[in-house]
Amino acid sequence: MNGFPIISVLTFTPLVGAALLLGMDPDRKRLAGLLALGFSVLALFWAALLWLNFDSAAPGLQFIEQHDWVPAIGAEYKVGMDGLSLVMVLLTAIVVPIALLAASGIQDKTNIFLALVLMLQTGLFGTFTAQNFFHWFLFWELSLIPAFFLIKLWGGPNRGPAATQFFIYTMVGSVAMLLSFLAIYWATGSFDFARLSELGRNGEISSALYAKFGWYGLSKEKLALLIFAGVFLGFAVKVPVIPFHTWLPAAYSEAPTSVTMLLTGLMSKMGVYGLLRVLLPIFPVQIQFVLTPLLWLAVGTIVLSACAAFAQRDLKRIFAYSSINHLGYCLLGVFALAKLTGDEAPWNVEKSAALNGVILQMFNHGLTAPILFCFIGFLEQRSGGLRGLDDFGGLRKVAPVFCGLMGIALFASLGLPGLNGFVGEFLIFKGAFPLATWATALSVLGLLVTAIFLLTVLQRVFSGPVNNHWLRLPDLTIRERLIVLPAIALMFVIGICPQLVIGKINTTVMQVVAQLKF
Amino acid sequence: MNMLAWTVYTSFAGVLALMLLPSARARDARKLALVIAVIGLFIGFAGAFQYAAARGTSPVKPENVVQTVAQQSWVPGLGINYFLAADGISIVLVLLTGLAAVVGILFSWNIDRRPKEFFAFYLALIGGVYGVFLSFDLFLLFVFYELAIIPKYFLIAIWGSTNREYGAMKLALYSFIGSAMVLVGIVAAYVVSGAKTMNLIELSHYPFPAGFQSWAFPLVFIGFAILAGLWPFHTWAPTGHVAAPTAASMLLAGVVMKLGAYGALRVAMTLFPLGLQAWSSTIALLAGIGIVYGAMVALVQKDFKFVIGYSSVSHMGFVLLGLMTLNSIGLSGAVLQMFSHGIIAGLLFGVVGRMVYDRTHTRDLPELQGMNLSRAIPFAAGTFAVAAFASMGLPGFSGFAAEMQVLIGAWYAFPTFTILAGLGILIGVTYTLRVLQLSFFSDAEPNSEAAAHALPPITVPERFGAAILIAATVIIGLFPGVLLNLIGPSFASPLFEQLRKVGAF
Repeated sequence: MNGFPIISVLTFTPLVGAALLLGMDPDRKRLAGLLALGFSVLALFWAALLWLNFDSAAPGLQFIEQHDWVPAIGAEYKVGMDGLSLVMVLLTAIVVPIALLAASGIQDKTNIFLALVLMLQTGLFGTFTAQNFFHWFLFWELSLIPAFFLIKLWGGPNRGPAATQFFIYTMVGSVAMLLSFLAIYWATGSFDFARLSELGRNGEISSALYAKFGWYGLSKEKLALLIFAGVFLGFAVKVPVIPFHTWLPAAYSEAPTSVTMLLTGLMSKMGVYGLLRVLLPIFPVQIQFVLTPLLWLAVGTIVLSACAAFAQRDLKRIFAYSSINHLGYCLLGVFALAKLTGDEAPWNVEKSAALNGVILQMFNHGLTAPILFCFIGFLEQRSGGLRGLDDFGGLRKVAPVFCGLMGIALFASLGLPGLNGFVGEFLIFKGAFPLATWATALSVLGLLVTAIFLLTVLQRVFSGPVNNHWLRLPDLTIRERLIVLPAIALMFVIGICPQLVIGKINTTVMQVVAQLKF
Repeated sequence: MNMLAWTVYTSFAGVLALMLLPSARARDARKLALVIAVIGLFIGFAGAFQYAAARGTSPVKPENVVQTVAQQSWVPGLGINYFLAADGISIVLVLLTGLAAVVGILFSWNIDRRPKEFFAFYLALIGGVYGVFLSFDLFLLFVFYELAIIPKYFLIAIWGSTNREYGAMKLALYSFIGSAMVLVGIVAAYVVSGAKTMNLIELSHYPFPAGFQSWAFPLVFIGFAILAGLWPFHTWAPTGHVAAPTAASMLLAGVVMKLGAYGALRVAMTLFPLGLQAWSSTIALLAGIGIVYGAMVALVQKDFKFVIGYSSVSHMGFVLLGLMTLNSIGLSGAVLQMFSHGIIAGLLFGVVGRMVYDRTHTRDLPELQGMNLSRAIPFAAGTFAVAAFASMGLPGFSGFAAEMQVLIGAWYAFPTFTILAGLGILIGVTYTLRVLQLSFFSDAEPNSEAAAHALPPITVPERFGAAILIAATVIIGLFPGVLLNLIGPSFASPLFEQLRKVGAF
């Protein structure tokens, strides 16, 4: 883009908005809302500009900015985008304004709330575009602070423990990951993701680690595996992978709705993004080494979370587990990629399908899950905080528009063909089946249970006898309809024309797959 | 000649001026002290620029690293000189002292009991600390070191709070025992070398026999490291910090603990590298225990200030661990951590001691829980939140850049302790989050009695003080290169020639 640092501008646009919001008069709530929305729309504008200027045919990173930062510790300011980053940035830019609009119920310290949301957006943009560990980790960690306060200060009755649990779980993963990367830095002298991927493919990272550490006589493989485990833990908590998920239901259900939208739509993507950007390129050998346990984790995540969702009675918790379930398919796709190595060219078609599916699934889930939580938020506002599965009934008679639109989102989440969710999951299953047959076959069980519990929600909340309590439940207002309609439209667009997204990521996917030789 | 020597002279001139101030104008003492401290800070900055210009960059010539600041024969018969000099490490710590001194005065703006004496002792302490960081003559260094202990005692004993006599006496006794050990070591080194000099640079080239080093090193190192909060000799730190008035606990944690770590590096490690080699894993173990132990004890405290006091022990463990890694990245991490902890601990103590305790008159966490402080004093809540996240070592704040380098260095030297330190960071996250929630962001029912009378708002000096420290930790967090460029090349100087032989540089 002719030397215009567009990624930096994009990243720091929300931060400027946050600074203005913090400095303003707290009583001017309306102005605060407009200001926050204005900055997030500006960010959406930059993201759209990036989307339009992105060259789908060019391999490698685009819009690169690279400056020295702290040479003494290998830190560079390096940002750039490939198809994966592009999709995630666009998703972030789309979801944040929707979440801001859905946050109109926040009346207490509104300006601080909005400022924290914008800070979180900066953290996400930074995470999705940074290409140097030091730089990336800064944003990865800093996004935790706004998320913590958003849960802690504006959450439900148990917000304190939920926020603490969320923060500390994530920090356990982050510290493990940090220690691993510091060891890698000590061994290789680099924090650059591209350079580390190269070294990882060649097996030079494990050799360098082995040369530098003589730790309790660990063998080369075991040492590299230990370092891998640290990095994996960092992402596993974030995604989350079962059994590292226990922070999630509490955090999602206690957070205010608009924050849950950000948590499920965007922050969970940080984990999957990290798997694709960091774990898979840098540790392909180690992933392959422990592939069977990893696939079991993926299957466990898919099936157990679906079953757990089925057992829940609180709508927010149902969708919290459902969110884990949907990200489980991403895990399955990512791990299946590492199944075969070398020049098995015929398999590259399957691998590309799986990886395309994973990225598409990230985008789709990032769109659908927040909208579902948005609907639950609307419902909660009307019911005075009630959101149990059995608290409602027959709503489709009382609030047909609400039920119709939420129904679309539910079916998108379920994976109905014609809506966005189907394409991603189909591609993952198509690609993963030949690569990891048993795991994919078992995962189908997850699809089945998902269908059951989503239909149960549909049945208990929308149909059945009308609960006399809610005879006067107001339907969606015009404003609320306008908030969700663009996203619903996008679900159809991607469902019918997935090429819009796949066209942007395909070159990146081919490149990643071609590089998976070790 | 570098102008840094004037940091010492200005501070002591300030002491004199304060003593001469008429009692009727005692209220002006704080202004005078502030002016003196600000002058000291500016001299520090100017000296740093002067130093950097004279040293040059890319590549730094090792012989330019240590620059003489002032040299005057003092007791020629014994080879004692008035010899002030500076390398990058001294400069960084002088800057830290300047910042801590200014902010400490801003946070003591409300002292109305004998303000003249308070600020006179305060400036004497600052002058002594500047002197230690600049002395390159062992005897002179020791004199300044002792000079810093005495005002510390009075500051706590007269203006302190909880158990102040006990805290002050414990601190003074620990300090004196430490200095006695140091003195024995220094004199022994003087005698054994037979070089008739107290000049640190000359002595550092003398190959002391290994047998001598094996007992002289722990003697001097631990003598200094007592003040740095080395476990299990740390017990003065929490009680001393708690008893001290706000400004004094800021200085204790911010600067005085650095005196210990600095002395351990500058004297013990420089003179006795062979002893260091023999003892390094033992001391690294103590440092690792200190990191985890300090954090675990902080986790269960009921007194707000004790949490911060024990957290200092834990964070200073990183300094000592970094020193023991004996490689350049770990050592520069240790020095950066000295700076970083000085800033962050200063901020934490400022919030606890000045912003909270002076208003609520309690530091009991269960009691604070009912006060809804985040609404009563939102500025303090925001400041403490920033300080808490900085203290956890989140990236973007100075603690991260420092601890990260210590950990990289430690991976090389002591992989097992690295994991121990990682555990310490996690417990650190936990206790910081706990205290943040209990003190400011509690969900407990507001205590009606406490809520009835509003707290006085945060004053302008407090806001300035907090802003200075927050700016420092964020700037160094985002651009650690500013200080690393000063610190890193220092380890290439001839002074550390012997040390480099035993480490991996």
